[in-house]
Amino acid sequence: MTTATHLDTAAIREQFPILSREVHGQPLVYLDNAATTQKPQSVIDALSNYYSTMNANIHRGLHTLAEEATSAYEGVRREVADFIGASSHREIVFTRNTTESLNLLAYTLGARLRPGDEIVLSAAEHHSNLVPWQLVTQRTGAVLRFIELNDDQQIDVDTARAAINANTRIVSIVHMSNVLGSIAPVAEIAEMARSVGATMIVDAAQSAPHIPVDVNELGADYVAFSAHKMLGPTGVGVLWGRQELLADLDPFLGGGEMISVVTREESSWAALPHKFEAGTPNIADVIAFGAALDFLNEVGMDAVAAHDAELTHYAVERLSRLEGLDIYGPADAADRAAVIAFNYRDIHSHDIATILDRSGIAVRAGHHCAQPLMRTLGVPATARASFYLYNERSEVDALVEGLLEAGERFGFAR
Amino acid sequence: MAANREAQNPVDLDDLYRDVILDHYRSPRNRGARDDATVSAEGFNPSCGDEIQLSVAIVNGSLNGIGFGGSGCSISQSSASMMTEAMTGRSIESAREMSRHVQQMLTDDGFDLDAVDLGDLEALSGVAKFPVRIKCGLLAWKVLDQALADAAGESVSDDSDIPTRVTSS
Repeated sequence: MTTATHLDTAAIREQFPILSREVHGQPLVYLDNAATTQKPQSVIDALSNYYSTMNANIHRGLHTLAEEATSAYEGVRREVADFIGASSHREIVFTRNTTESLNLLAYTLGARLRPGDEIVLSAAEHHSNLVPWQLVTQRTGAVLRFIELNDDQQIDVDTARAAINANTRIVSIVHMSNVLGSIAPVAEIAEMARSVGATMIVDAAQSAPHIPVDVNELGADYVAFSAHKMLGPTGVGVLWGRQELLADLDPFLGGGEMISVVTREESSWAALPHKFEAGTPNIADVIAFGAALDFLNEVGMDAVAAHDAELTHYAVERLSRLEGLDIYGPADAADRAAVIAFNYRDIHSHDIATILDRSGIAVRAGHHCAQPLMRTLGVPATARASFYLYNERSEVDALVEGLLEAGERFGFAR
Repeated sequence: MAANREAQNPVDLDDLYRDVILDHYRSPRNRGARDDATVSAEGFNPSCGDEIQLSVAIVNGSLNGIGFGGSGCSISQSSASMMTEAMTGRSIESAREMSRHVQQMLTDDGFDLDAVDLGDLEALSGVAKFPVRIKCGLLAWKVLDQALADAAGESVSDDSDIPTRVTSS
């Protein structure tokens, strides 16, 4: 472990206009990246440029603007495919967000389930990878089973083995926990799923921004993630699926764009991936997502991962030294990526967040859309700091100072 | 715009975390359910998880005692603790009136602090300057409204857009 960060964060920060603003008279320290990341100027410009120069509806227009917009939109699809090692751009479906990608799967795959079939999730799921499957169980009589956390608050191969059996039809788990920061051994779990003939789904909303994600190495059948957590705009999600599996799925939403031939009585479906993109898609934001991927590719995902790991290690080390601070998740900082959930003294996380905000520091507080996990951890809520490629050690120092100030306000000496 | 407003009327953490509030948070009064309760209600804020349970002993139309339980941030818990103290001994009508005043103080920019004597409850006035925390301060009062409405056999209509769930229990 080197002592300096791997990236030239000063040069990177200059490309994010929001990072130069102040909050309550203090420089913004943005540590809520697991919720959404900030956007570089190139992404903001791409949005504006699209509307200024090529705005048109895609795929059906015969004029120049439509051609340019279609070409830009489809170009990003290819870029996403390359980014995650997909074998074809036809395997990339654009949705609104990770939640919609997972709902698409729950709706279409769920329709095939019967009473007694088992859907395996983990104890660390975000509500987006839990509630859609609860709805499936209500419709079908299928049941949920959960991979529990081990003693180190991680999903591991043993806890997965205890949940996956011959009745398992679907395994859908979070790759990187938005609370614990831990990385699940997805490839091994995918192997278990395959051995019982189950479909393997990976929620990569947190992992795709922070570590290199290769769908073939994951061994998954489907992977879902969101643009806005990786420098892109809100309103764009990705669903990757193996081509032969996507081809075999029924459509999720019906309408324009997703059809081939429509009569009064019935329709046939467009080829992949358009079968899953009913209606006018979020053209501008997809195109701007391309600029975000350009940015990440230029920095390099290995460098992003190394930077995040180094900063997380530093933060765990500094936070651990505070008396009365509890960190949730794996004990070894090497087993977590870019997310640190914690509680400090007996100060409620909402009070922590309000006090830090007055120093310009943005953190998340609450249940992090993972109420069952909070119950497993035995806490009502936590504060959470999460980092990205533009964060620096000085911001971790500011966080520590802000916590000490919060402690003083609640009557704890430094 | 927001920055301008703040420049004209700076908001300080001291406005939110008054000594009275921190004192009630550290040393809550009337914590725990009452065995002699005649009515009880509970509420929570789904977005942040704050919970308040109230058990109220009403005898001959007045509040003989209130116990509270629950968990959450300093504002939600101290608001409940201060409420139990300030409401004990009041008639149902008087308690309802105070509840209305406190909720106006938390939500209405035009509320005149000098027009009503709220005693220690005035310490909650700073919460109004922290929009995301207003629902924390309101929770105990909404639960109280529910309990008192139950006692009177009425229903509560909540047309505010603050996402608090309150139920009789």
